[in-house]
This record gives sequence, structure tokens and C-alpha cells, in this order.
Amino acid sequence: MWEYTDKVKDHFLNPRNVGEIENASGVGEVGSLACGDALKLTIKVDDSETITDAKFKTFGCASAIASSSALTEMIKGLKIDEAAKITNEDIAEFLGGLPKEKMHCSVMGREALEAAIASYRGVTLPMALGEVVCECFGVTDLEIRRAIQESNLSTVEEVTNFTKAGGGCGKCHDRIQEIIQEVRKEARTLAIVDKRPKRLTTIQKIKMIEEVIEREIRPALKKDGGDIELIDVDGDYVIVSLRGACVSCAASQTTLKEYVEKILREQVIETLIVEEERA
Amino acid sequence: MTFVTNDKVVYMDNNATTRVAPEVLEEMLPYFSEYYGNPSSMHTFGGQVGNKIRDAREKIAALIGAQPDELVFTSCGTESDSTAILAALQAFPEKRHIVTSRVEHPAVKNLCERLASLTGHKHRVTQLPVDRDGMLDLQQYEDSLDEDTAVVSVMWANNETGVLFPIAEMAAIAKSKGVLFHTDAVQAAGKIPIDLAKIPIDFLSISGHKLHAAKGVGVLYVRKRTPFMPFLIGGHQEKGRRGGTENVASLIGLGKACELAAAHMQEENTRVRALRDTLENGLLARTPHSMLNGHKTERLPNTTNVSFEYVEGEAILLHLDRFGICASSGSACTSGSLEPSHVLRAMGVPFTAAHGSIRLSLSIYNTSREVDHVLEHLPPIIANLRTLSPFWQTAHRGSVGRSGSQCGCK
Ligand SMILES: Cc1ncc(COP(=O)(O)O)c(C=O)c1O
Repeated sequence: MWEYTDKVKDHFLNPRNVGEIENASGVGEVGSLACGDALKLTIKVDDSETITDAKFKTFGCASAIASSSALTEMIKGLKIDEAAKITNEDIAEFLGGLPKEKMHCSVMGREALEAAIASYRGVTLPMALGEVVCECFGVTDLEIRRAIQESNLSTVEEVTNFTKAGGGCGKCHDRIQEIIQEVRKEARTLAIVDKRPKRLTTIQKIKMIEEVIEREIRPALKKDGGDIELIDVDGDYVIVSLRGACVSCAASQTTLKEYVEKILREQVIETLIVEEERA
Repeated sequence: MTFVTNDKVVYMDNNATTRVAPEVLEEMLPYFSEYYGNPSSMHTFGGQVGNKIRDAREKIAALIGAQPDELVFTSCGTESDSTAILAALQAFPEKRHIVTSRVEHPAVKNLCERLASLTGHKHRVTQLPVDRDGMLDLQQYEDSLDEDTAVVSVMWANNETGVLFPIAEMAAIAKSKGVLFHTDAVQAAGKIPIDLAKIPIDFLSISGHKLHAAKGVGVLYVRKRTPFMPFLIGGHQEKGRRGGTENVASLIGLGKACELAAAHMQEENTRVRALRDTLENGLLARTPHSMLNGHKTERLPNTTNVSFEYVEGEAILLHLDRFGICASSGSACTSGSLEPSHVLRAMGVPFTAAHGSIRLSLSIYNTSREVDHVLEHLPPIIANLRTLSPFWQTAHRGSVGRSGSQCGCK
């Protein structure tokens, strides 16, 4: 048995705004009978771009019906631009939360809203253009990517809960895993880039290099019985000295280039060149 | 949390579990606090409990036409299923083929699908298909058996639809080919007559809570001289066939429940069947675009599974809940999975109908007033949900929405 909030139960048992608006300004239809849930949203928009009315018809479980009803209540009276900002998390929050296995119901609401707005504006939605990853439920990589980014998902199971992708035959699990990794990697690089100022003074540069060495590089080398010391920074040249086990290690050049330089480039500045101090 | 009590509900979910019969409970109670001895003990205080278990064993054996010492007590139907299948595989370690069906309960289905991780061997599993009525093709079954087949495991009665497989014929065919035969009779036992003296079955599973005994007790019938290996290894209980101190009170209760089931068999197959039929016919007549899932006659007397097109099962159940009606559904949403029941899909029930399936399963405790209550409330719920459904007016188009959203699930 699912644990539904009173708000979900209320919107399920007494759904608001059921029906279809005739001569609607925008219509959004998502899902299908086969998939087990579907939603048709119709909106009326006035000259000031305000949504004056919204109605829905939904085939699906209690969460699907409650999410649709909540959505119509949320968007009525909003400007189109404001409505476009509503996320599935907002819908779930409006309802006091949804069981995690049911998050895809709120996602369906959001997608119908996007479709309705797109139809009002007379444009095609980009989501449908992506590569279909889950054939069972017709979910594209664009939809999966967005869910991962917005809801910070990290497992295939979470992606299934939010988008239904992977909930059928399971053939696409590997592909979903790949997409998760891609998105997370992009997110990581972005985060690092953001932290990096565009131009560094030499002092800033030295400070950052020292910091990265202390925080990441030295502890890693120490695990293998080695150590590292920063000797000098000259322009983009970073002169270091390897100590302990590193000295006699045949792989020390590789360590320097593949590991130390790579990390410093990632975290300080792309152009750094790491060299070993010559005795 | 407030509890919903029995007198407030119309309970029609007896294939999920049943009420412990008052007579059964009465038999059980003294064995918790008064006669709590261990049946294995040497003293009279414990030993007398052993005598009572022997009585229970006899009563259970009588219900299914078995010898008392052919029964091994277990903790549930699932344990009985696992024990039987693994015992059969160990009896023929060189045979690597299992024949089962696509509509088995997860206790058999998932076990067969994951055998490799349990036994370390790759097994070939033939999952026989069923037709639109949920019936097997006997010729196809016979053809699937070969020298490599260690065991057949097929259910006697399906828990979702109540459909009965022709177990007597199937067991005879397996025997003629020297293949061990197991049947999961968890839903059949107590509802239809079973006579193991006449049918060459090697293993048969029973679960207490499906026939008005307690949860957490089961039985595995193992025919005399059928090779057997214990699943739970431990003490000498059950003559070394299943370690672990007996669930005494529940076993004694199960004995009583089997005695009652034998006494009620006639009523189950007349009055309960009639109630079920009134309910089923009433629902189908009052609701357009509804249909029966499963064979109309080759079926348990207590079960009906009806699909209502264009609406979704969980939504129906939650509305029924408001009227105190307990039922279940094969819709995806009720299970937390995203696909509807594997049984209905194996039968080829279209998705449009599988998502809106409702199972009502009765017992001798149901009354015609309760049937009327369901007939009064269920059809309006369907009508109401259909007014919400985008498919109902555009009727029967099957799909709306952007391209690429059609389901390709098999
Ligand atoms: C056909 C069938 N087999 C096995 C089981 C499992 O029984 P238990 O719950 O006692 O493990 C059930 C119960 O749901 C069943 O219906």
C-alpha cells in the first residue's frame, strides 16, 4: 500500500478542473494507454499571456490524477512565462510529496504543461527529438538527462522512478547508466570551471597549486609510500620534487604527467606544465 | 495509526490471504502459553505436543489424499516451492532442464529464473506459454520434456485468475517420461478436491494462510520414495527433512483448517461459486467495455478477475477502499513496477485492459449482501473514473500524445 499525503488523497478523490477546454489556446498530450498513464491538458490564455483556465483528463493511478489536478490549480492565473518555470518537483511539493516510485507522475504533469505551452506558441518540443533510449515507455535521452540534472539522480532505479525509462524489459539499463555518468561528468567539470577565475595572479596560482597538492596529491602519493614538494612556479611551469618511494619508482615520470599535471590542470589552470626539479 | 477492523470491511481478497477461522484460532491458543513445550523433548510436557502435531498431520494428509509421513512442515508456501524444486535438481544433478509456465507465482518464477546463482549451474528453463484463457497446450507441454528435464513445476490454480491447469494429466505425462513433478497447490488446496492417491505427483506445496490457518506455516508433500534433500539443514525435526523447531500452534491450527476445508468443500463449490458468478455477471452486465480474464469454467470457484478498459487499477482500488471493499489489481501501479501483471501479459490481455484489472476472491465468510454492496459501488466508480480518462470519449483510439510514447513492452 502506498503512503499518500492527505493532499494527494484529496486531489485524487476530488479532482479539480476535470475536462477539456473547447477552442483551447494550448493542448498538451503525453503518455499512452499502453504505458499505464496518460494526460491531456488544455489551457486558455488571454491577450496578456495569462493562463485564465486549465483543464485535464488523466488515465492513471492516484498520483497521476492528483498530480494533474494539482498542476491545473498551480498554473491558473499565472503568466505563460511563469508557468513554464514549474518543475515536477514543484508539483510534488504542492502535494506534500509523492512516493519516490511515483515521481514519474509529476514528471508527466510537467511534460504535459510544456507540450501545452509549446502548442500555444506553435513550436515543436525539443524533448521528442532526442534519441529514444527506453523503447518500452518511449523515453528520450534528453528527458533522462534533464531528470538527472534537475533532480540530481545517480542510479538507474532513480531514473526509472522519475521518467519510467528502464521500467519495462530492462534492456536499456546499460545505456541509462552511461547517460548518468556522462551527465555527472559534465556537471563535475562545470563545477570546477566555475570555481576557476579567468586570470590568476602568480600568488593566487601558487596558493591554489599548494592547496591542491596538500588536499589531493600528497595524500594519494603517501598511500604508496611517496611524497612531493613544490619547489617553484615559473609562469606556467610548476617545478616539483618527488620524494620517498617515488624517487626510485620507474613510473615516476608517468605519475608526474598522468596524475600530478592532470589534476593541477583540472583544478587550477589548463595550461600548467609540471616538471621535476633537476639536481 | 488506526486500524480498520474486519466488521467494517467487505473482504474479497482471499487469494492474498484469509481470515484465521475462529475454530482454528481456538485450537491454536493453548499452544502459546499453556502447552508451550518443545515436541522434541523427552518429558511428557513437551511430548504431548508431539502427539497433537501428529493429529494435525493426519488431518492435513486427509484433505489431499496423502499419507501423514509424506508431509514436511515448512514456514510458508514459498519455502515449500523452493524446497521441492531444489530437491528435484539435487536428485538429478546431471539434468539441467526445468519446465514451468509463464504464469507462475514469483515463488516459482523468480526461483527458476535465478537458479544459476543458487546452484552454480546454468539451467535451461522452459516457461510454457498460455492462451487467451490462461490455459496450457498439453501437446506443447509433452513435447517440451526431454532426457535432460529434471523437474516440472506448474501451479494447480493461478492466484490472479483462478485458472486451473490439468494437473492430473500433466503429472501422468511427466511420470511416463521419468520426470519429477511438482505443483504449487497453494491456491487450490482447500478450494477444490485433491486426491494424491490417484495422481502421480511427487511434490505439492500448500500455504496455511490461504485456507484460513495462520500466516507463516506451510506444507510440502513429498511422495514416498521420491528422492529428497532438505532445504533447511539443522536438527532432526521432520525426520531430518526440515530442520528447525516446529511452529507448533500454527501447525495445529492448519490441521484444524484442513478439517474445516474438507467439511466446507461442498459449500465452496456451490454457494461461494454462486456468489462469485452473481458478482461477475453483475459487473460485466453493468459496465460496458469490461471483460473476464481467465477461463470461464476451468477455474477456482472463488475467484474472478475482470478488466475495465480505459481506467487504471490502483485508482479503482483506492475508491473501493472508501467503501470498505478489499480487492486487488494486476495494474502496474499497485505493485510499484511499471508493467502490469506478468500473468495477464502472458495471456495476451491488451495493455488497455491489463492496467484496469481487478481481482475479487471470495471465501465462505462472504455473503450475498456483500456481493450486492460491491455491485452497487464498483460500476459507478468505473463510470466516474472514465469521465476523467482522456481515452474514454475519443474512445478506443488506444493512444494519444506525442509520437514515440507508445509502449513496446511485450
Ligand atoms: C500460487 C501461490 N504460490 C505461492 C504463494 C506463496 O505463499 P506464502 O505467502 O505462504 O509464501 C502464494 C501466495 O501468495 C501463491 O498464491
